[in-house]
Amino acid sequence: MSITIKDVQHVANLARLELSDGEQQQFMEQLNAILKYAEKLNELNTDDVQPTSHVLPIVNVMREDVKKESLPLEKVLLNAPDEEDGQIRVPAVLE
Amino acid sequence: MTVAQKYETVIGLEVHVELHTNSKIFCGCSTAFGAPPNTHTCPVCLGHPGVLPVLNRQAVEYAMKAAMALNCTIADVSKFDRKNYFYPDSPKAYQISQYDQPIGENGWIDIEVNGETKRIGITRLHLEEDAGKLTHVDGGYASLVDFNRVGTPLVEIVSEPDLRTPEEAKAYLEKLRAIMLYCDVSDVKMEEGSLRCDANISLRPYGQEKFGTRAELKNMNSFRSVQRGLEYEQVRQAEILDDGGEVVQETRRYDDAAGKSFSMRGKEEAHDYRYFPDPDLVRLNISQEWKEAVRATIPELPDARKKRYVDTFGLSSYDAEVITASKKLADLFQESLSYTKDAKAAANWVMGDLLAYLNAGGLELDDVKLTGQGLGEMIGLLENGTISGKIAKTVFKAMLETGKLPGAIVEEQGLVQISDEGALLGIVDEVIGRNPQSVEDFRAGKDKAIGFLVGQIMKETKGKANPALVNKLLMERLK
Repeated sequence: MSITIKDVQHVANLARLELSDGEQQQFMEQLNAILKYAEKLNELNTDDVQPTSHVLPIVNVMREDVKKESLPLEKVLLNAPDEEDGQIRVPAVLE
Repeated sequence: MTVAQKYETVIGLEVHVELHTNSKIFCGCSTAFGAPPNTHTCPVCLGHPGVLPVLNRQAVEYAMKAAMALNCTIADVSKFDRKNYFYPDSPKAYQISQYDQPIGENGWIDIEVNGETKRIGITRLHLEEDAGKLTHVDGGYASLVDFNRVGTPLVEIVSEPDLRTPEEAKAYLEKLRAIMLYCDVSDVKMEEGSLRCDANISLRPYGQEKFGTRAELKNMNSFRSVQRGLEYEQVRQAEILDDGGEVVQETRRYDDAAGKSFSMRGKEEAHDYRYFPDPDLVRLNISQEWKEAVRATIPELPDARKKRYVDTFGLSSYDAEVITASKKLADLFQESLSYTKDAKAAANWVMGDLLAYLNAGGLELDDVKLTGQGLGEMIGLLENGTISGKIAKTVFKAMLETGKLPGAIVEEQGLVQISDEGALLGIVDEVIGRNPQSVEDFRAGKDKAIGFLVGQIMKETKGKANPALVNKLLMERLK
């Protein structure tokens, strides 16, 4: 499997990134190099290995359903580009 | 030919139910509805860099409980995945959801439409976090974002495409709602958004096995709006097919006020969510012991209760269905039976006076103070002749409004039925004496005249005279 320019454009579009032709070429090469490196894993026999989504040998980390103090509103809004009536104001996104 | 005669409709529903935990699914912020905007937020649910989500055990157990109640198989191993998309209602630019290892799969529920029972398959139930709320302002040029709802635990329940009519879709939703209420995992209030529904709907000629092209219908915010939206969509798609056209696969927004649906976006630019396992959350192993512990918390569900009411108490299927559709109503009925053996009388009061009172005032059961004990004891007072049927109506209304027990109401208001012959005889004679015309009419064969005399006696005693005794005494006197 290898990454084409079309794949790069698709992923860039999903990530809302604007890439020049040179960048598209550069990322295509880099992504292919990464995939090739990962392909090394295929050399191992994994017939007896259970697939996992996590490398840590821990499961079921949970907290009890207890309420905690939230952040004060003025701190919540510190990172907001714009605000109105305690809400974060953003340009409308058309559905 | 109508749409229904020409085409078979195929409907599948995706229902989101907010779980009523105290805190959010991955942080300790409150999930309470109606707080001032952005006051129930913290670095975790706001998606600040470097924070870590920690799973709420109660949310997992509610999801397991709901999945079990929908007859799903519960996963032995489950995990959380990131669903990536950009939209201002999601501060992290991804939603933590479950992709290929949902909590529950392969369930079903039974619905009843037009007296027939039909089994509807449940494809899956998975756990995820809710998004924020957007309010569009400035004529649509800007949006205001409230992140309070971000991180509220949700279960998404996906049905098989087994529904064939909008009416079945409504029955499915009502049953789903009842089951969630019985399980006590959610408030399921559509008006507060704790139950939300999207529908996939397509049409195909009868006999065709392949599904037609479907449209996804969104923004239906009441059960009736779901039914109406689907009915509108049936006609819209049938008209396209009749004209030899093709239904476009797309998402449509249903506007209930306009009674129409509008295209939102084509599926050509269908979302590519790039799901991948969330590295911040470790795997969930669900042991047999854990499953059994959760299963033990599931109460008797609506169908089982309905069957018991029909089999044990001889209620009609319809009455049992109405009473068990609401857990609180069923609980009240059930409680009354600790105070009276006459289940049918209790059912009649619930189906009649109680529901009429609630419907007339647009009220919920929580808004009235009647208790099951009050209802049961009142039926007892009727049975032993302490009060008449007419007085019972007065007592019942007083119970709805004050929550007092019937014995106290009867005593306070002096409503005890007069069953003393001596006391009634005087009144009977007086009424007879005052109404010679009616007496003559009755003796001349006009049976109706006695009704007038009974009415006068009732008026005289403020409705407290024992009606059977009044009749008996009158007949004796007029013979």
